[in-house]
Amino acid sequence: MRGIYKSFPGVRALQGVDFTLCEGEIHALMGENGAGKSTLIKVLTGVYEKDEGEIYLKGSEKPAVIKSPQDAQNLGISTVYQEITLCPNLTVAENMYIGRGKAQITNWKKMNADAGRILENLGIPAKANQQLSDCSIAIQQMVAIARAVDMDCKVLILDEPTSSLDESEVEKLFGLMRDLRARGVGIIFVTHFLDQVYEVCDKITVLRDGQLVGEYVIEDLPRVKLVAKMLGKELNDMEEIKDENQVYTGEEELVIEAEGLQSDAGIKPFDFVIKKGEVNGFTGLLGSGRSECVRALFCADKIIAGKVKKKGKPVKMTKPLDAMKNGIAYLPEDRKIDGIVGDLSVRENLILAAQVLRGFFKPFSRAEANKFADEYIKLLEIKTASADTPIKSLSGGNQQKVILARWLLTHPEYLILDEPTRGIDIGTKIEIQKLVLKLASEGMSVTFISSETDEMLRTCSRLIVMRDRKVVGELSGEDLTQSKVMETIAGGEM
Amino acid sequence: MTGKKSIGTENKFADLFRRQIFIPIAALLLLALFNLVVDPSFFKITLGHNSVGDPVLTGYLMTILDYGSEVAILAIGMTLVTAASGGQDISVGAAVAIAGSVILRVLVGLGGDGTLQAPILVGFLAACVVAMLFGAFNGVLVAIFRIQPMVATLILYTAGRSIAAWINNNELPIITDKGFTVFGGFIPGIPIPTPFFLAVLCVVIALLVLKFTNLGLYTQAVGINSSSSRLNGLNPTFIKWLSFVILGLCVAVVGLIKTSRLSTINYSVIAKDIEMDAILAVALGGNVLSGGKFNIMASILGAYVIQFLTTTLYKFNVSSDALPAYKAVVVIMLVVISAPTVKEKLGAWGRSLKKQKGAA
Amino acid sequence: MGKIAEKTEGSRLIMEKTKKTGNGLKAAKLTDTNLLLIITIVVFIVMYAGAMIFLQKGFLKPQTFFNILNANAALIITSCGMSIVMITGGIDISVGGVVALVSMSCAVYLDYQGGNLFMSLLLALGIGLAFGAVQGALVAYLDIQPFIVSLAGMFFARGMTTIVHTAPFNVANEAFVALKGTRINVPGLGTVNKLGNYVNAYVEIGVLVALVTVVVLFCVLKWTKLGRSFYAVGGNRQSALMLGINVKRTRFLSHLICGLMAGIGGYVYFLHVGSGSASHASGMEMNAIASSIIGGTLLTGGVGNIFGTFVGVLSLSTIQNIVSSIGLDQAWWTGITVAAMLCVFLIIQSVILARKH
Repeated sequence: MRGIYKSFPGVRALQGVDFTLCEGEIHALMGENGAGKSTLIKVLTGVYEKDEGEIYLKGSEKPAVIKSPQDAQNLGISTVYQEITLCPNLTVAENMYIGRGKAQITNWKKMNADAGRILENLGIPAKANQQLSDCSIAIQQMVAIARAVDMDCKVLILDEPTSSLDESEVEKLFGLMRDLRARGVGIIFVTHFLDQVYEVCDKITVLRDGQLVGEYVIEDLPRVKLVAKMLGKELNDMEEIKDENQVYTGEEELVIEAEGLQSDAGIKPFDFVIKKGEVNGFTGLLGSGRSECVRALFCADKIIAGKVKKKGKPVKMTKPLDAMKNGIAYLPEDRKIDGIVGDLSVRENLILAAQVLRGFFKPFSRAEANKFADEYIKLLEIKTASADTPIKSLSGGNQQKVILARWLLTHPEYLILDEPTRGIDIGTKIEIQKLVLKLASEGMSVTFISSETDEMLRTCSRLIVMRDRKVVGELSGEDLTQSKVMETIAGGEM
Repeated sequence: MTGKKSIGTENKFADLFRRQIFIPIAALLLLALFNLVVDPSFFKITLGHNSVGDPVLTGYLMTILDYGSEVAILAIGMTLVTAASGGQDISVGAAVAIAGSVILRVLVGLGGDGTLQAPILVGFLAACVVAMLFGAFNGVLVAIFRIQPMVATLILYTAGRSIAAWINNNELPIITDKGFTVFGGFIPGIPIPTPFFLAVLCVVIALLVLKFTNLGLYTQAVGINSSSSRLNGLNPTFIKWLSFVILGLCVAVVGLIKTSRLSTINYSVIAKDIEMDAILAVALGGNVLSGGKFNIMASILGAYVIQFLTTTLYKFNVSSDALPAYKAVVVIMLVVISAPTVKEKLGAWGRSLKKQKGAA
Repeated sequence: MGKIAEKTEGSRLIMEKTKKTGNGLKAAKLTDTNLLLIITIVVFIVMYAGAMIFLQKGFLKPQTFFNILNANAALIITSCGMSIVMITGGIDISVGGVVALVSMSCAVYLDYQGGNLFMSLLLALGIGLAFGAVQGALVAYLDIQPFIVSLAGMFFARGMTTIVHTAPFNVANEAFVALKGTRINVPGLGTVNKLGNYVNAYVEIGVLVALVTVVVLFCVLKWTKLGRSFYAVGGNRQSALMLGINVKRTRFLSHLICGLMAGIGGYVYFLHVGSGSASHASGMEMNAIASSIIGGTLLTGGVGNIFGTFVGVLSLSTIQNIVSSIGLDQAWWTGITVAAMLCVFLIIQSVILARKH
């Protein structure tokens, strides 16, 4: 396959972008949020129709016609998206085979047998006749990959497939990708994890603001340069942060103490303390229970046991509102599902939590709301057309900033940030990390969770390590190193 | 994408087109224009006297004000239910029958001679309580058991009229007291039908509540993203439930108007299909039927537009049985015009037209 | 590093184990569709057996059962169409109206226009398909909410019925009356009546049509690509699109099939009652929705079973029979019982599915 070429100038997210994918290569597509990666991919897979430009496939002089996902499939282009795009109500096997092939009649026996074989080959622990919604998210993602792999595709597009996989699953996926590359499949790999790019990719194409920055062979583009290309400026910010705040030196006042806290989300009882002005974090593999712990602190799940004290006094909390009244704020892990209220304006999203705290009968006046919105849009440099813009039309990073502003407006004493940097661009990531440290220096206690360990090492002065839904260790001071964290996550007795 | 700044008059017009209230206003103007062209006497209002000798205004417009008000009152509650739960309550017609039945039972009782056994206010309050209880029942099914609103209210829709008949043991009590006819007729000395004043009262209360509480914000937040609302300290279950209870209150008011018109009740016919009119009012108001953002005034305008349509059709001697067919055609036309995909196509068509003009 | 990998492997195994036990052994194996189907069947059998034991009377006679079928053949057919739309994530509340319009149109055609039977059947199918096609196009291609579209469809059909002919009347067409009176004996089942004569149990033609419909649609849903697409679209429309399913066409076809079923159901209804009337089949859409739900179809889409719907219709009419045979025959009791049963089933479904996920 040589020369997928496409350009389409226009008002939309892409302005005359070219992209070439060769046979048997893994090609990283990089760029900040809003750079146009997803749009490009959706054009290629027929989800969006392009305004202008052409797509050429191997050995064909004529432009290929891709008007629907089905067209793309027929041309040998298959895609695995970041969000699971399978049907939860169907079985695993059906999800692998539906919408493919010409057969009008389903042969259940054969389908289950085939699917079972593929699942076994790829080492995916799911049964072919199991309902998909009974599988964990990671397994659902693997099923999506299995489907794409089995389609005998010439082009495989992986759009941030690793964000819900743990390390061993990522390894397995990489093995699979190398395997496919050897078989001559061209793979487009979109990810926010730089490590992963350098681990598996051959080439990198960088996009910025809907325009092509360039295509590079991986050896020619060291990390720092890549980041600079993505941001469009030379970058020292990452280095800057590193030196700050390694050891907690603040006051000794305990803000929140929890004892034997347990929620119905399936975590073991845990103890927890946080001091004034401290930044700590929960770390562990995906599914280790780190999110569930902070959700329990915020009463987002049903609390079934345990006591919580605030500044030494026991408090009774049963629902999120109680936690909010006690000065706790929680930025949830899933921005789309738990964070934004999509159709409401930036302003309404921003004041929501503060408004709820203020009470049902005391709405903010229009002027007050506007004042808050303007203040925080400026403070956090939120890029939005106006405060009236529906939040759903903002980019991921800016949405996250609005949610952050929402909680800052409640003037919390204790701020919980669950994966605040997931799926947002590097520039914003650094801004958020800096903000966390600034807030802490002003006396706010912060709990920070991220899947990227180095990010946590940069911001946190104390890490609580979790494994199998249990707290297994705590690291601080000199123990805060990558290797020590890995060791504790894996189990200390190595 | 929505952030495009609008400049110039053409864009202002486009802006208006995009505004929610545009749909019902356009529909109203269209209907008015149609009547004006075909028969201007439609707009004639005459001052006459009713059988008791009080001055009353009559004419098609008065009919619209009169009967449209019933739908408007229901549309208030229906808008809230739609916004919060993302579904519609199809049991309001049946619930009106229940509320009416309760009023009659309290005011006249079984085997009564038609004289009032209790103050009208007591009867109305009893109806409010019962209607809100049934609203609460729907609300529990929707909010706690998470059953889709349409299906949950299907239960009361099926059983409601039977329950109404059962309340009065299938008798048809008649109220002879003239004071009771005020609510569905005229206040002595005032020539405008009372239901209109009741509707205005309800609307004013609704707007005051929306202005001085966070009901609007909470309802929309819950309707758009209930999980996120919960994490912001809201109680989505309660807010959904509350919307059904509020609708119950609206139902009680309509129950009062309906029974007052007849001074009695007909269990199988009273407020028949009114749920459809109320839902159409919400839809005509441009509110998304799958919940979220809402505009009460647009719904209320929608309600009067529906009645405008009904009255227009009656005027052209369409029998009440055939009426729905014409209504359906109009509704489909309106819905098609306001469908997002059609709007988009029209917009693109308009743009290309402008381009051609520019080129020429 | 090697050890870390081992550990994570181990931890994942543990996670999976806890997950399995957490779900309960049975629930993990059953899909939602099958779970709800089993509940429906069990409830129906218990109910009917209970009626046979405690009420005896008619319930011991096979003919009682077949009468339920005779009276509800049309409902079975329309409910099947309804289920398909519901599985695809839509709803069609116009079916009752379409049934009324079909029977009135066929009645007028047969008696006033002197039409023949075959053409009247085509007329019925045509009306059904037309409704299905228009509504399906509006829903699928213009993306208008199915509830509003079919609400208008219902209004239109009801209104058109009175426009076609206002007063109710019985059809006198000879061929039709002969067809209507045709009884098919059920071999091997029958009772001895008071005079000592053996009376064979019988069904009407409509029942055969209904059974064929159930079987055909069951197979379509279970084995064909189209059938599975209905489930996929109902489960998650966006995903279905990504999986390469033509979502628009699938939604369109679901409404088209539902319209066709309303047409066939309308003719069967007409065959059963033998008259045209504007008030025919009033509330049938609600009964069809109720039957589908009792039969294990979720209105959220993606879950349901045609056989379940069939059992759902039987359950619904059995409970009505039971209520009237224990002496509660005032009209309002029927409405209240149906509502109560629907309520119970909805709550059962809601609780079971909430617990499972």
